[in-house]
Amino acid sequence: MTAPHLSVRDLNVRIPTPGGVLHAVRGVNFDLMPGEVLGLVGESGSGKSVTLRSLIRLHRPPIQMTGTVEYGGQNLLAASDAKLRSVRGGQISMIFQEPMSALNPVLTVGEQIGENLREHKGLRGRAAQERAAELLDLTGIPSPRARLSDYPHQFSGGMRQRAMIAIALASEPQLLLADEPTTALDVTIQDQILRLLLRLREELHMSVILVTHDLGVVAQTCDRVAVMYGGRLVETAGVNDLFHAPKHAYTLGLLQSLPGAGEHRRPLQPIPGGPPDLRSLPPGCPFAPRCAYVTEACRTGEPPLLEVAPGRFSACIHYDELPALKSTLEEVGV
Amino acid sequence: MTVPLSKSTPPLMEIHSLTKTFPVAQSLLSRWRGQPRRAVQALTDVELTVRRGETLGIVGESGCGKSTLARTLVRLYDADRGSVRYGDLDVLSLRGPALRQYNRRVQMIFQDPYSSLNPRMTVEAVLREALSVHHMRPAAEQPARVRELLQLVGLPPEAAGRLPHEFSGGQRQRIGIARALALEPECLIADELVSALDVSVQAQVVNLLLELQERLDLTVLFVAHDLRLVRHISHRVAVMYLGRVVEVSDTEAIFTAPRHPYTQALLAAAPTLDPSRRTAAPAITGELPSPLNVPSGCAFRTRCPHAFERCATERPALLKLEDGPEVACHLYDPVSTAQATG
Ligand SMILES: Nc1ncnc2c1ncn2[C@@H]1O[C@H](COP(=O)(O)OP(=O)(O)OP(=O)(O)O)[C@@H](O)[C@H]1O
Ligand SMILES: Nc1ncnc2c1ncn2[C@@H]1O[C@H](COP(=O)(O)OP(=O)(O)OP(=O)(O)O)[C@@H](O)[C@H]1O
Ligand code: SF4
Ligand code: SF4
Ligand SMILES: [Mg+2]
Ligand SMILES: [Mg+2]
Repeated sequence: MTAPHLSVRDLNVRIPTPGGVLHAVRGVNFDLMPGEVLGLVGESGSGKSVTLRSLIRLHRPPIQMTGTVEYGGQNLLAASDAKLRSVRGGQISMIFQEPMSALNPVLTVGEQIGENLREHKGLRGRAAQERAAELLDLTGIPSPRARLSDYPHQFSGGMRQRAMIAIALASEPQLLLADEPTTALDVTIQDQILRLLLRLREELHMSVILVTHDLGVVAQTCDRVAVMYGGRLVETAGVNDLFHAPKHAYTLGLLQSLPGAGEHRRPLQPIPGGPPDLRSLPPGCPFAPRCAYVTEACRTGEPPLLEVAPGRFSACIHYDELPALKSTLEEVGV
Repeated sequence: MTVPLSKSTPPLMEIHSLTKTFPVAQSLLSRWRGQPRRAVQALTDVELTVRRGETLGIVGESGCGKSTLARTLVRLYDADRGSVRYGDLDVLSLRGPALRQYNRRVQMIFQDPYSSLNPRMTVEAVLREALSVHHMRPAAEQPARVRELLQLVGLPPEAAGRLPHEFSGGQRQRIGIARALALEPECLIADELVSALDVSVQAQVVNLLLELQERLDLTVLFVAHDLRLVRHISHRVAVMYLGRVVEVSDTEAIFTAPRHPYTQALLAAAPTLDPSRRTAAPAITGELPSPLNVPSGCAFRTRCPHAFERCATERPALLKLEDGPEVACHLYDPVSTAQATG
């Protein structure tokens, strides 16, 4: 068996806030295999971005991180700053949710890609400019050579996101952490970018963690999916298994709230209630207050993430008694 | 129950040749050189009919003019030319009280629930302001009406005393909807109403919209980029590309038999929920052209796999095909067909 590329154990992130300590990530465990594309999904505020950022230790005090993130034989959470700097932006690249805040407004797009090429690929001058134009072209930006001398503010929202992607790919990373990389893009451009990521996965044997709220993107791109709720992973499964037979009541609720085929203008089935308060969680399953299948047993202790079938993990006590999912799957398409 | 709609349902709004450009700031140098002023072509000769009681979905890529269309219809923007008829009103020439009256009957709900609410006004104040400005209710009756509106959009009565930041995104959208409904409109124009919301919250807001539409007999223009949602709630769908309507048809026809090459590309690129159905070839290549420099002839020709000579020289008009859909593409124009076969 191949060893995992990245191995996360008991990851916890605590954020002090005026209203108390916000436990944003609560004991997350997962492995990422070489060349694997893992989707990370869950509602707004469930902890997806905070998890991703902690993998390369991007949080600063007073935010507290504990646990281990094993990568290349090292625990990145305990590695020296120098080691971390050489890994970040090199072997591990990140695409941020808000491209504007991650781009440097006073450097041209070409300079920013060039910086990465120099630091991690040893390319300079003309060779670096050539490669930078190639990278922009890969992300579908027209007249890439001419656009290299533009500043970020001269790009549209979607183009900025693509510039971020070009910067992230410049070092030919082994691991790409992508936080909503296509959210600001049109479906046709989104399609182009996702295909690019899948191609690079083949060519560079790169693994990817893809955070998105678009379940269609997950279905089309990921090998495996991790579902996050209230700061925890509550289900992980192969993408086919997850979409055809979810084994956690939250995942089921999520898929059921999507409009399905043949239900034109019928009421949808939302999950009642709202997200849990991460500063004061009730004992037991964090989804219990909103769950249609809750029993007393769910409220006594927080159910752990357990292997419920080969390669499938769930933190739902009643994973085996959930009803089958109605066909949400045959829909939009030609 | 769905609203029975047929081909004979009378039109509520008729839009002809609606055109809107935005001038682009010009540098001194280019003015000195006598270069012509450049303009963003946001809407070009838009043709569209909205039927009474229907939900008309409006889709298309970012920047194709959906929000501009919505804003022009409620007179937030002045059109360059064209006409909009609403019943027997000539919308683009309305002024003063007649315009205010129209603005009450046709309400817009905005994309961003955060920025469209005053952070210092309680929900009650927001709703009472709407009621007062349009003289909907005397002050004495307003508190009762506020409670009624909150109930209508599924918010508890206590919500009245709270400020916008105390609500979640979905609840804020409900406040926006309540404010629009305060004016008892006939037509709602919803611009990306649910785009910023979680899947489950989206479902709540969509249900609210469906229910209100039945109860209040509303006509809805639903601008959105989520094709799955648009398919779910729309009776008909209009597809826009670079400022033009390129296809209008019944929802089922759009999704099962799209005619325009752009509609076909858009549907092919939309990610389906079935992981076992992954498509191999990219749906479409090439970049959306700049709205400052719209291609001659058919605006889609730079990305269209079927483009032929006539596409570069002649702009295709929106033509009604025999079996119902309206399409702006030379492939469906009898003249081209005759040329191609003869
Ligand atoms: N710097 C911070 N200070 C205080 N709270 C924070 C901070 N960063 C994140 N949080 C909180 O931590 C929780 C998890 O946030 P996170 O950004 O990971 O959510 P997410 O799953 O990425 O959501 P979204 O889909 O909206 O991006 C939220 O409750 C958020 O408000
Ligand atoms: N107030 C304005 N001033 C100048 N240009 C504008 C203005 N509003 C819109 N535009 C331009 O008009 C075109 C159409 O924009 P519009 O906002 O209508 O697109 P949209 O279809 O709503 O896009 P999205 O899906 O991104 O919301 C774009 O090129 C845009 O840059
Ligand atoms: S453990 Fe119980 S409350 Fe939690 S999701 Fe499963 S059934 Fe619902
Ligand atoms: S008119 Fe020509 S370029 Fe335009 S969509 Fe039809 S075939 Fe393609
Ligand atoms: Mg996030
Ligand atoms: Mg818009």
